[in-house]
Amino acid sequence: MRKIILSFLMLLLPGAVLAAGGDVHLDKADIDLSNQQSLQRGARLFVNYCLSCHSAQFQRYNRMGRDLGLTDEQVIENLMFASDKIGEQMTVAMKPDDGKAWFGAPPPDLSLIARSRGVDYLYTYMRTFYVDETRPFGVNNLTFPSVGMPNVLWELQGIQKPVYKTVEHDGETKEVLDRLELVEPGTRTPAEFDQDIRDLVAFLSYVGEPAQLERKALGVKVIIFLLVFLVVAYLLKKEYWKDVH
Amino acid sequence: MATERTDKFKGGLLGWIDDRFPLSSMWNDHLAKYYAPKNFNFWYFFGSLALLVLVIQIVSGIFLTMNYKPDAERAFASVEYIMRDVDWGWLIRYIHSTGASAFFLVVYLHMFRAMLYGSYQKPRELIWIFGVLIYLCLMAEAFFGYLLPWGQMSYWGAQVIVNLFAAIPIIGEDLSVWIRGDYVIADATLNRFFAFHVIAVPLVLLGLVVAHLLALHEVGSNNPDGVEIKKNKDANGIPKDGIPFHPYYTVKDIVGVVVFLIFFSIIVFFIPDGGGFFLEHPNFDPADPLKTPPHIAPVWYFTPFYAILRAVPSFWGTQVWGVIAMGAAVVTLFFLPWLDRSPVKSIRYRGPIYKTALALFVVVFLVLGYLGTQPATPGKTLLAQIGTAYYLAFFFLMPIYTKMDKYKPVPERVTSK
Repeated sequence: MRKIILSFLMLLLPGAVLAAGGDVHLDKADIDLSNQQSLQRGARLFVNYCLSCHSAQFQRYNRMGRDLGLTDEQVIENLMFASDKIGEQMTVAMKPDDGKAWFGAPPPDLSLIARSRGVDYLYTYMRTFYVDETRPFGVNNLTFPSVGMPNVLWELQGIQKPVYKTVEHDGETKEVLDRLELVEPGTRTPAEFDQDIRDLVAFLSYVGEPAQLERKALGVKVIIFLLVFLVVAYLLKKEYWKDVH
Repeated sequence: MATERTDKFKGGLLGWIDDRFPLSSMWNDHLAKYYAPKNFNFWYFFGSLALLVLVIQIVSGIFLTMNYKPDAERAFASVEYIMRDVDWGWLIRYIHSTGASAFFLVVYLHMFRAMLYGSYQKPRELIWIFGVLIYLCLMAEAFFGYLLPWGQMSYWGAQVIVNLFAAIPIIGEDLSVWIRGDYVIADATLNRFFAFHVIAVPLVLLGLVVAHLLALHEVGSNNPDGVEIKKNKDANGIPKDGIPFHPYYTVKDIVGVVVFLIFFSIIVFFIPDGGGFFLEHPNFDPADPLKTPPHIAPVWYFTPFYAILRAVPSFWGTQVWGVIAMGAAVVTLFFLPWLDRSPVKSIRYRGPIYKTALALFVVVFLVLGYLGTQPATPGKTLLAQIGTAYYLAFFFLMPIYTKMDKYKPVPERVTSK
């Protein structure tokens, strides 16, 4: 019987592994949601660089402050530029039609972007802008080709140019994009910039599901209770069943 | 049945009730004096667990309904409102979304148990038929419910399924418009799906569960040996291999419930999206009728049938064949009691042919389930076609191969494990 159950579980494994595959290589975001400083830095980057075009319409300022260990006053002074009431949601003034006219598509709301795209995607996407004069804003993106968004963090990151390599494919030689090279440094070193993006992505992950900060801690308590209850239930069963042969 | 009951209480509150309502006799008929075989094993936990999940879904569903808005403009935002602004809303929502997957997992294992031990065979055909009807209701319930969050997969999944009806010749187009209440999935669709999800289907489901249990308690439970315990009774008319369901199986099922809840909690609290299998990632994007997702896949519990649907090519100018194959894959289940010509019930006394056929069936079902989650490629489509052929052959050829098989003698009494 155990063998049957085990073999079922084994059969499920390849599906679970293969289902995670994608076509673009994504770098591991490696975020740490228990690091409150990281989330606070991410929030600062978000309100400074993202919140002028992208909303996070389901996230309230005061909830963010509470969850990130900030007082209402700190939030109002440092993180609230687009709104004046602490209980309000993080919306933007840009009209969708204007956004469409300026960028080709209205900038999407970012409340759930970490849940629909995944943190690794966001981490890679924000770091793979490169110079491409054929695009309206002079930049393209490796992770999201022909993206309509400009590289808003270029001052921090600097400017990246693509490096091509020649490969042979079916007897033909082709130029393909190999990697990106920093040609003009930004105000942050590459390592600092990676950490900035990690903070930003951690914040977006938090915004995607604020409850995740508390749910794991609650889960541990619930499961400990259940394990204790399991012992009691098992002993009760054993006691009742001792006369069944 | 209730004419000469000796188990009526005299006097007291219970006596007063028993004179007016069969409380004690119901308690005895279904619990305290319902004699179940003493040799139930692991597989026999899933019936009571299905009942538990049903209760979990109804209770969590009631609380979700208090804050959910069945309105195309507001549905998506109201789910996020539940996730963020409603006290414990996230927990209730995750319990409900995990419960949907748990329901199917438990029911699939429960159905597999029936196939292992021949629990659908005479005289339990009606129990099985009620069970398959319950399964159909569950599929409808899951399908209607999945539209409600109004995400991209909700929307396009519903679009794909409703379009299946459009594949029916002549009346198809009109039928699909009638189902949707609009030319595309829209507010009207959301409202009617909400009505079906929260009241119509659950009512039918509850009725069927009662029928399933009444039929079971009329004929008595099967067991891993497939021996009828009612054939061997003691002087008091109690089956020698039977033990009262309460307290023996109630205390045993509590253990099963706790183990189940531990696994359930691991999902709810630590991986509520089930790695994209329980809550699909694209469903965190609000429904957009103008943007078709590159890859539309149903939730895992529908994927075996989705793979069958996609495996059958369209010919003679219609796609209806895939729909027919998928329908056949479900409807055949009803006929299982008559397709199986085996003289014994339990797999323990069956021959190598059925054992191999059933093991392969499990593998095929899982492979089809995997293929249903994947974008179609020529190789995968071929594999799905082979799987579909085997799935249908397993049932259609059953009358032949179960007749050819060799069987071992069945013992008089149940054996202990």
